[in-house]
Amino acid sequence: MTPAPHSPLTACLALLVLWGLIGVAGLARPTSLRYVARTLFPLSALISVALAAVAVWSLSGAPERAILVIGLPDLPVHLRLDGLSRVFLFLLGAASAGISVFAAGYFRRGHGTSAGLLCLQYHLFLASMGLVMLADDAYAFMVAWETMALSSYFLVTTQHSLPEIRRAGFLYLLIAHVGAIAILLAFGVMQGGSWQFTFDAMRAAHLPAPWAAAAFLLALFGFGAKAGLVPLHVWLPEAHPAAPSPVSALMSGVMLKTAVYGVLRITFDLLGQPVWWWGVVALAVGLFTALYGVVFAAAQSDMKRLLAYSSIENIGIIFTAFGLAIVFRGVGMPMLAALALIALLYHTLNHAFIKSLLFVGTGAVLHSTGERNLGRLGGLIHRMPWVAWLTLIGALALAGLPPLNGFVSEWLLLQAFLFAHEVPRTFVNMLLPMAAAVVVLAAALAAYVMVKFFGVIFLGQPREAALARAHDAGILQRLGLVWLAGGCIALALFPTQIIHGLRGVVKQLSGADLPAQTAPWWLLEPIPGRQASYSALGFLLAVTAVVLLTILGVRLFYHRRVRRADPWDCGFARLDARMQDTAEGFGQPIRHIFGQFFLLRRELPTPFDRAPRYRVVIGDRIWERLYEPLGGLVQRIADGFAWVQQGRIATYLLYSFVTLVALLALVL
Amino acid sequence: MSAVPLTLQLLNFCAALLLLLSFAMLSQRRVVNLVNLLAVQGSVLLLATLLLAARTGQHHLYLSAALTLGLKVILLPWLLHRLIRRLGVYWDAEPLLNISGTMLLGVLIVVFAFGLAQPISQLASTATRNAIGIAVAVVLLSFLMMITRRKAMSQVVGFLSMENGLFFGAMSATYGMPMVVEFGVALDVLVAVLVLGIFFFQIREQFDSLDLHHLETLREEAGQRRGT
Amino acid sequence: MRPIEIVTQLLELAAALAAAPLFVGWINQCRAWLQNRSAPSIWLPYRGIRKLFHKDAVIAGNASQLFRLAPYITFGAMVAAAGIIPSMGTRLPFTRIADAIALVGLLATARVFMSLAAMDVGTAFGTLGARREMMVGFLAEPALLMIIFVASLISATTALPAITEHLATQTLGLYPSLAFTAVAFTMVLLAENARIPIDNPATHLELTMIHEAMLLEYSARHLALMEWAAALKLFNYACIGFALFIPWGVSTGQGGPLALLASIPLLAGKLIAAGGVLALIETVSAKLRVFRAPEFLATAFLFAVLGLLVHLLLGA
Repeated sequence: MTPAPHSPLTACLALLVLWGLIGVAGLARPTSLRYVARTLFPLSALISVALAAVAVWSLSGAPERAILVIGLPDLPVHLRLDGLSRVFLFLLGAASAGISVFAAGYFRRGHGTSAGLLCLQYHLFLASMGLVMLADDAYAFMVAWETMALSSYFLVTTQHSLPEIRRAGFLYLLIAHVGAIAILLAFGVMQGGSWQFTFDAMRAAHLPAPWAAAAFLLALFGFGAKAGLVPLHVWLPEAHPAAPSPVSALMSGVMLKTAVYGVLRITFDLLGQPVWWWGVVALAVGLFTALYGVVFAAAQSDMKRLLAYSSIENIGIIFTAFGLAIVFRGVGMPMLAALALIALLYHTLNHAFIKSLLFVGTGAVLHSTGERNLGRLGGLIHRMPWVAWLTLIGALALAGLPPLNGFVSEWLLLQAFLFAHEVPRTFVNMLLPMAAAVVVLAAALAAYVMVKFFGVIFLGQPREAALARAHDAGILQRLGLVWLAGGCIALALFPTQIIHGLRGVVKQLSGADLPAQTAPWWLLEPIPGRQASYSALGFLLAVTAVVLLTILGVRLFYHRRVRRADPWDCGFARLDARMQDTAEGFGQPIRHIFGQFFLLRRELPTPFDRAPRYRVVIGDRIWERLYEPLGGLVQRIADGFAWVQQGRIATYLLYSFVTLVALLALVL
Repeated sequence: MSAVPLTLQLLNFCAALLLLLSFAMLSQRRVVNLVNLLAVQGSVLLLATLLLAARTGQHHLYLSAALTLGLKVILLPWLLHRLIRRLGVYWDAEPLLNISGTMLLGVLIVVFAFGLAQPISQLASTATRNAIGIAVAVVLLSFLMMITRRKAMSQVVGFLSMENGLFFGAMSATYGMPMVVEFGVALDVLVAVLVLGIFFFQIREQFDSLDLHHLETLREEAGQRRGT
Repeated sequence: MRPIEIVTQLLELAAALAAAPLFVGWINQCRAWLQNRSAPSIWLPYRGIRKLFHKDAVIAGNASQLFRLAPYITFGAMVAAAGIIPSMGTRLPFTRIADAIALVGLLATARVFMSLAAMDVGTAFGTLGARREMMVGFLAEPALLMIIFVASLISATTALPAITEHLATQTLGLYPSLAFTAVAFTMVLLAENARIPIDNPATHLELTMIHEAMLLEYSARHLALMEWAAALKLFNYACIGFALFIPWGVSTGQGGPLALLASIPLLAGKLIAAGGVLALIETVSAKLRVFRAPEFLATAFLFAVLGLLVHLLLGA
């Protein structure tokens, strides 16, 4: 059936096609910045807003289906728009709107891919992500998935003349394809003998327990590779910094969430009845990822790598919530599974906005100063106030501080964990509260990382003289920043309304709903009767009121003059900007406490050096212990087959002859 | 919580204290403090035995308490202190795993022990059956202490602490062991400590140190057989 | 919302604001007695704050707006926290807005803003203090949340006044899980409020400072607000400890004005005793090396986790 006119599904499809058209239009005048950056990208942002609007307005609608007669002869493209797709399409639209507007102001003449080609790749990326959310059969899903991976590969290698960027792109593509193979295999397992690859067939297929478990584990591996779960995370800290900043924002903010969408779709929708121990596996992987990511983030000195590792941490927390939801569903506590799923979806939305905001902020800094290294930044709050204050909102949100949005999802997750001891499985009910302890540790470390991030870049004194020439963000960049910061604030202040919107989705996924909400509109009380409530608006108003009263009181009674002087130097008159904490210095306590996680290579100066040098290189143990041996093994296997390539034409002809003879013998 | 009798609350408190003492011993580096902690553990056991005797009225528990007092609170710590003075081992070397790693492992062991003990607790019929998990945890934690320590004296303390844990487990599951078994175990422990004391002198004479990694040189080497 | 509840709320806020510097003065008095020296007056912190308010502020040349805002935000956060903690009564209108987890978040917000302000001026001391403060914070916050977790498991709620009410009206008994978490809480209190053995509040050596290093650049009214906020923080932590572990005497349920009035001298008594105990702990301990602080806090975390496990196993 073709999609009905005036339906949300048609609208979404049309918007995706429009994106594709804009991408192609970019090729018309590829080097004209005014055409591509100032016209096409804002247009694309408008389409993003439209997509988000369509998704939100139809949030409580019934699922819609459509079949497009394109694709393979007997496998047309099936599309479906249900609650889960709508939430993620909203995420895609809303986050990409801000990023596209920022990108309009970000691109400038430089080496690498031309602007028009970039426009094509960017919009293909967006359109394919939208198609992933809409796909209702394995073929459409995989086509969209691969398009997403390929277009983002080209985006990552925009500055392809630099070898480290090429290397990062290659690693990204490699792990993306390893993941795609796993996802393909998962789909293969899930069709359950019917050889129909539509999602409806997979929903109807009742797999025996070992096959269902195999499908789940393959899906976890495949989508985990895209999401950046440890140990498949190694591409993230390379690819995100290598890409241009709007692309990094899009990848970190939106692309990682498509993996979350995939794993939710497969576990709760296609596989139907998850088993509780799957949840324990997901929980364990998620917890380790969260801790690993945040500990590494604290030790970085490149601002984009820091944010990449922080994304790994948040993905870990999302998968922890995912595991918790599966455990609750598997032991027959669907209402708590609903609570955990709400925490998961809320955190996904939060992170999309927060991470996009932070990457866009660092993009503005990079655009203005040309520096990515934290050791060459500093004091930018004076030169770039707009960027600084808007990035501060993002940093505080990521640190999980009330009343901002990061705190809401953390609060919901902890509330879900509080019920964990009621799970009727012996070891699990005691291990889950320990898991809550690890989540809290990761959240506290995230606050540390954000103080380092914001403090070293924007506060203090400029560490390089060239920073005095930094200029604040242009109007388009500011618009993007404001949009994303506004999204964060909206998510922070209206949790009840957003949860109300999410409840339908969660009911479809977990089979149960939260109990009827009795609290007023400004109060968040997910489970009535337990007196566990939080009001973001009330909180903000109360704290603001007290602060304003204090300022008023001090002004009224005690206001004296202010004069400026030099900072306290403890009698040492030659303090300069180099004596502030560096990024490495700020991360040193974490390196000291969590030393086991790192592979530290240190070069220490001796007293006899003429030019003493101190160098610390922080490596990933997983790279050394897992990937290098694996790479060596693959190389050895490949070398083993090198004998096939003899070089003589006669041998190659012999191969063809032998194959022909064998086939003839087989067939006849 | 409904009104729980005072003796039962105190018994639960003793159980929790025992768990705490095992963790304290796990993190302690001074051997003198280890032996003192062992003495404190013995006194907590004494208190628990007396409480249980008062609550259940079983008189053999009073005898058991007297045995605990004599052996675990007075005699063994005194013997160990004498050994420490004569051997001069006051400090333990760096353990195999660092302190935080050991603690983390300890917590995991406790969770495992608690999970393990839950079905057993349901089978037991005593009022203190919840504490069986703590007894198992104490035994496993003492074992962990024996594994991660380098000096021989700490391992002896671990061994004795394991025995304390077993004793507590027996008490909470079945209100104590038959007296014959108790006397036998007590005698075994005493003899073991005396024999170990003699061994320590021999080890010290041979290697000039009580660091047990010196004992690792006693092993087969592929090169040695060829007379290198 | 009955009028008695509004009165309770306002009375708690006023008591916190008024009594916090006195509490600090009392602790100094006890410390001096224990160290056999004569103490300054109990009212000295008040005089200090008043003196500071009357001065002109000197601010570093490159300090930004964040630096000037941070004292107000920190102070505001501490006052708001004082409104959530049930020191005198458990029926507070503020309860529904923020529960115990939000309270911990509020304290974290204050800490983050103080650290950011310390990094703002860009000297070695400020960044040193910020780094150490965040290090202590990221270890103390999980321990504190674990303690609240245990209390929430016992009382089936995360709202602090509800926890207090539940614990106060329970049958009197020995709860080993609460005993463990009480020890953990004391350790976290010492760490978060920059007391010995983590930090010396009276030190003048910049290299040993944690909390003081963040205040080095502040003067006059900003410093007065920061000092007051620090005193409020200690007061708040003491009241959280009372709410969780010594909840009796707080006006619970439908208690009228008489119960509220009776809770005031009881609170004063608890504070006097707590001050003495804190001074004792400070006198017998030595300040730890900075990198022993994580071990100290890890021990606190371990105590909290043990309390949780003991609660899950023994049900006590």
